[in-house]
Amino acid sequence: MVVAFGLWLAGNVRANSAKTNIPLSFDYLDQPATFPIAGSSFRPTQSVRDAIVVGLGNTVRVALAGIVLATVLGTLIGIARLSTNWLVSRAAKVYVELFRNVPVLVLVVFAYLAVFLRLPRLEDATTVSGLLVISVRAVAVPWTRTDGRGWLVLGILVVAVAAAVAVARWRHRAFDRTGQPAFAGVAATVAFVAVVAAAFLATGGPVDVTAPHLDGRVLRGGIAMPPEYAALLCALALYTASHVAEIVRGSIQAVPKGQNEAATALALSSGQRMRQVVLPQAMRIAVPALANQYLNLTKNSSLAVAISYFELTKVTQVSIASRAPAVPSYLLLMVIYLALSLTISAITNQVNRRLALVER
Amino acid sequence: MTAVAWARSNLFRNRRDAVTTIVAGLIVGWVLYRTARFVVVTGRWEVVRTNLTLFLVGRYPNGDQWRVAVVAIGAGFVAGLVAGQVARRRLGAAIANGTPLPTVPFTDRVRDVVARYWPALTLLLLLLLLARTASPWLLAAATIAATVAGRLLGARTPRRVGWAIFALPAVLPLAVLPFLTDPLGWDRWGGMMLTLLLASVSMIACFPLGVLLALGRRSTLPALRAVSIGVIEFFRGIPLVVLVLMSDVALGFFFPRDLLPGKVVRVIVAFTIFTAAYVAEIVRGGLQSVPRGQTEAAQALGLSPVRITGLIVLPQALRNVIPALVGQFISLFKDTTLVFIIGFLDVLSVADNVTKQPEFRGQGLIAETLVFAALLFWVGSYTLSRESQRIERKLGVGTR
Repeated sequence: MVVAFGLWLAGNVRANSAKTNIPLSFDYLDQPATFPIAGSSFRPTQSVRDAIVVGLGNTVRVALAGIVLATVLGTLIGIARLSTNWLVSRAAKVYVELFRNVPVLVLVVFAYLAVFLRLPRLEDATTVSGLLVISVRAVAVPWTRTDGRGWLVLGILVVAVAAAVAVARWRHRAFDRTGQPAFAGVAATVAFVAVVAAAFLATGGPVDVTAPHLDGRVLRGGIAMPPEYAALLCALALYTASHVAEIVRGSIQAVPKGQNEAATALALSSGQRMRQVVLPQAMRIAVPALANQYLNLTKNSSLAVAISYFELTKVTQVSIASRAPAVPSYLLLMVIYLALSLTISAITNQVNRRLALVER
Repeated sequence: MTAVAWARSNLFRNRRDAVTTIVAGLIVGWVLYRTARFVVVTGRWEVVRTNLTLFLVGRYPNGDQWRVAVVAIGAGFVAGLVAGQVARRRLGAAIANGTPLPTVPFTDRVRDVVARYWPALTLLLLLLLLARTASPWLLAAATIAATVAGRLLGARTPRRVGWAIFALPAVLPLAVLPFLTDPLGWDRWGGMMLTLLLASVSMIACFPLGVLLALGRRSTLPALRAVSIGVIEFFRGIPLVVLVLMSDVALGFFFPRDLLPGKVVRVIVAFTIFTAAYVAEIVRGGLQSVPRGQTEAAQALGLSPVRITGLIVLPQALRNVIPALVGQFISLFKDTTLVFIIGFLDVLSVADNVTKQPEFRGQGLIAETLVFAALLFWVGSYTLSRESQRIERKLGVGTR
């Protein structure tokens, strides 16, 4: 019956496509896009395929930044909710209940229309010296700049991380052998910093941090975020942070009380108790739920259609408006989102497996 | 405990705590000051006041608004009936034994109701204060009276016929739809009424579909299982926005012209299928939580597989997942704002449109209207989530 229904739908698609002269093939991908994409070097003469690639890049940019921001903010608020300080825990609770119960689209539209589009013009932008330039054209923050040797920077970082991991392993082994405090974290950090500093001096500084500043009517230095991107990022991060906070709180509360008491009995300090006993176990509980929130955030980035930030969905919508066939376009869009979802699931499943309790 | 002792143990336990309190106090104080200033001083709420009807019922014809009033009063009555019957069932044993029921003073009851529904009651009061005529006051009074009457009647309905009361909220929305749709058809609904229409119809429709998908996923027939898994994972993997856009643009390709339903029905289909996929996963979790022994015991009693599922497994499974289902329905309620993207006149779209009216144009009133729209959703969603937590506590999920 299901198969028959599917065949009926497919038959309808074919018949309608013949009737309206809209093709079902993916040939449109090679046609010129005929629409520009704000905030990128994309030209209307480039193909629809290139437009979709730009859109995918924008989706990934907003999703990655959003995941990082939401995790940091959410963890802080989740821990704040468990504070013994009444004011702090109350404020965290109000934040969570406020943002969790408002539609995320309302937040996105609010951030765009009522906050970022109301910022001062570039000429009279608010500047926090050396850190921020806030204007309706763009919000700029400090960013790194390479002198064309980006691969070198990447290489140095990889070597430094490898060195840090090696040092940490060595200290851990020393700890297992002798039982003396081994300061693995400190040693690894020192190794990382040492390698980076040495390489930096040896190569003559291939990278530096630039602060944004106004040069007359031009914004220079740092990285400039257009208001659409900034609004979407803020709204998604604030909304998801409220969910992350609840997950963090629940996971910490789910760690059995006895663990904390046992750690106290072993005379661990409160910091050690949190870092070495409670948090590792809470993480194990939190990871699957967090993975769900990361998936949601990625999918919610499609709300950009409401504020014209050119990520995947907006690009697809605009390309359909400029004569790309609807059915193949949406099919492609769904496949890309499914691939994104599966990638995030795969990564978080891997993390989950690493963290999972090894039982007999 | 005196105020000083309380402050000492909750705000100033030691020096670090005191510093935290002062820093947090400054930040919270600043945010509160800005919020209060916006609400009382700088906010220009005239635009909301003028367009209150548009926010609530969209372009529903003035002469037909009595229909909305009738439905509101009826909904209050049904809600009261359900609450009364629930209360009766909880006290069922005491009634059967003839034990005298504990009498709760009237003032205590009112206080309980206010403590439980303060967000909704505050919103109601705010709406009434914003209204310019007396009829909303009458409607609110009638609705509250109907709710109280329903509560009393529900508590006096014997268990034997009580089950019918629980069927009412699921059946009635479908029955009153033609009554409400009559003056303006399907596609011109707007405001909060459109949101409630989309949310309630999708909610009712997605539930059976979700349960079927969950059962399909656990079926022993490989083909059925594969189709169910495919449908569930597919619709969970793509954003709802894409489905909503598709329902607007691309769904027309999948149906013959004359069979294609209207815009509202298409978007309801999108919400229904999307939510059903999530409901299916929730119900599957519930099914897995029912011990195997239950099925085996039912088999030993010689029940047919259909009866085992319908009478033994499903009731226990659903009871365990009520809070998660309510959570999903809250998401659905909030997600109905997505119809803004395809040009429906929902609350969000009203908030955007009214700032473009001639008398309000170019004044930058979008913050005010969006805050009001957000408030409407916040109250609905927060009330539902509090009720869900109550149910969770009552059922004792996770504690036994």
